[in-house]
Amino acid sequence: MSQPPDQGSTSRRKFVVGAAGLVVAGASGKAIADNPKNQPPNVPEWTRTLGDGVGVRAYGTPSKFEKQVIRRTVPWLTATPESSVSFTPLHELDGIITPNGLCFERHHSGIAEIDPADYRLMIHGMVDKPLIFTLDELKRFPRANRIYFLECAANSGMEWRGAQLNGCQYTHGMVHCVQYTGVPLKTLLNEAGLKSGAKWIMAEGGDAAAMNRSIPLAKALDDCLIAYRMNGEMLRPENGYPARLVVPGWQGNMWIKWLRRLKVGDQPWFTREETSKYTDLMENGKARQFTWVMDAKSIITSPSPQAPAKSKGLTVISGLAWSGRGKVVRVDVALDGGRNWRTARIDGPVYDKACVRFYYEFDWSGEALLLQSRAIDETGYVQPNKDDLRKIRGVNSIYHNNGIQTWHLKPDGEVENVEVG
Amino acid sequence: MSRLVSAICAVLLLAASTFAQSKNAPKKLGIGQMATAEQIAGWDIDVRPDGQGAPPGKGSVKQGEEIYMTRCAACHGEFGESAGRWPQLAQGKGTLASNDPVRTVGSYWARLSSLFDYVRRAMPFGDAQALNNDELYAVVAYVLNLNDIVDDKFVLSKETWEQVKMPNANGFYDDDRETTEKAFWNKRPCMDNCRGPVTITGRARAVDVTPEDKGAAAQ
Repeated sequence: MSQPPDQGSTSRRKFVVGAAGLVVAGASGKAIADNPKNQPPNVPEWTRTLGDGVGVRAYGTPSKFEKQVIRRTVPWLTATPESSVSFTPLHELDGIITPNGLCFERHHSGIAEIDPADYRLMIHGMVDKPLIFTLDELKRFPRANRIYFLECAANSGMEWRGAQLNGCQYTHGMVHCVQYTGVPLKTLLNEAGLKSGAKWIMAEGGDAAAMNRSIPLAKALDDCLIAYRMNGEMLRPENGYPARLVVPGWQGNMWIKWLRRLKVGDQPWFTREETSKYTDLMENGKARQFTWVMDAKSIITSPSPQAPAKSKGLTVISGLAWSGRGKVVRVDVALDGGRNWRTARIDGPVYDKACVRFYYEFDWSGEALLLQSRAIDETGYVQPNKDDLRKIRGVNSIYHNNGIQTWHLKPDGEVENVEVG
Repeated sequence: MSRLVSAICAVLLLAASTFAQSKNAPKKLGIGQMATAEQIAGWDIDVRPDGQGAPPGKGSVKQGEEIYMTRCAACHGEFGESAGRWPQLAQGKGTLASNDPVRTVGSYWARLSSLFDYVRRAMPFGDAQALNNDELYAVVAYVLNLNDIVDDKFVLSKETWEQVKMPNANGFYDDDRETTEKAFWNKRPCMDNCRGPVTITGRARAVDVTPEDKGAAAQ
């Protein structure tokens, strides 16, 4: 099965070209000076010397030229890093899958470091037989693999009153999309046996916040998972290792991390996280509660303030879209602040309650533009503009800001987060 | 051949037995251990609005003041006014419809159980589940008192639970987006000449609150 010599050299040449392309992409826009000594007709050092052998990078990390691709925080947002948020660098990513180490973090009492040997999941309450599972036992159940987006209900929450943070990492970076492997929650509930009258489930974390949320039984029996893997490997501690709840399409706060307990009951618990927080205060002083579904939303990730346009001519607009109500069926893009729309091209897989990647390629003359995108989902919901959203919800609701984002692309390629009227 | 037939028979038998057991629910897989009453008791800390789950014990506003001053005031302020960016616990009445709503236990929280359940599981911050039941009742009673919800002599317990009336108990309603925001479901969204001239009304750079990038990108 050895390769013919010519085929081998072709694939090696392809690899070198590919690697060089990556470096260029990583350096682009970062004002990193290039070095003609490494470029044709010269032969760079990496072509003449041996590199690291196998095993040196036992768990691989990104290229040293990609150090800017990191989660970032907004220190003034919160009192302490243990109860705070870090944001996904959306402007540095493409496709629909978020790498595990870049998925945004939201902790309420820091990251619990749980020894999998001591991990236990308890199911009790209105069940025939209260049960405790070890992690190994969870892994014995038939598995499901599902790709879902997870968005914090407070994503874009700082933008209700106007343009504030200059970068999609900060305005929209409380979202990620990964493939989960786990057990359908309905399988575990069947194992315990639901008593008649059961209507709600309370999920509780094993961290020092012991985060707890009420979930209607119909959702629990529909598509919820107890996940222990993301993108193939075990969950990261930041994301709930060794097991978390997956509540597709619904606000991220309900996806209890470090899941330790599921209690079945006949009414909701009205926990702090579903009353004091994660309720949407309207202009009249009354608040919506149990606003679980994340409305359809989209964001142009490039060009964007952290990813300026490089040159005139053919320009690729790249963005992400998602909906908690199902599949995204269409994304439109405007270059003029929403006067005229054209339909973008969705490329890559389109899954239920998952991110989709959209592109719009155009010939940029170098004139100033106002870039916008709007997502449309399979229920016919069209992502609204911020003014229409504010007419109904006011500006005090903190959560569920899915309004259309405007980027001001300037002639020099710089991009700024702006509001238009 | 006979092995194949017997294999098919076995599959059919298995299918039949599965079907027989699954009138309503799929077959149980027999994985997991029975949770004992003792195991459940150690983790079963949630409290519902009707008081279900509230532990035995009691605590007075006066006892709660002492605990609050040593365990809570550093972050939440001596009067619940908040130190720095930590959550404010008191005041804010009448602000919910204003441009600067202050959401506190007294102005916003609708139920005693939300407060009790939360303190029981997550407070004091960094020393969770350290308060005993009497301390828990006491410190919750004090936070209610800071909000003028109970008087100075109040003693909170399962017996007095029902006496606590939260000011914003009727301040919430269930998600109504599918009716109040029905206009967002639009089969034919506008594509051309959808609005008049567009002007920029706000800029993030003018606000200037984006963190400085200390990463490699700033080089």
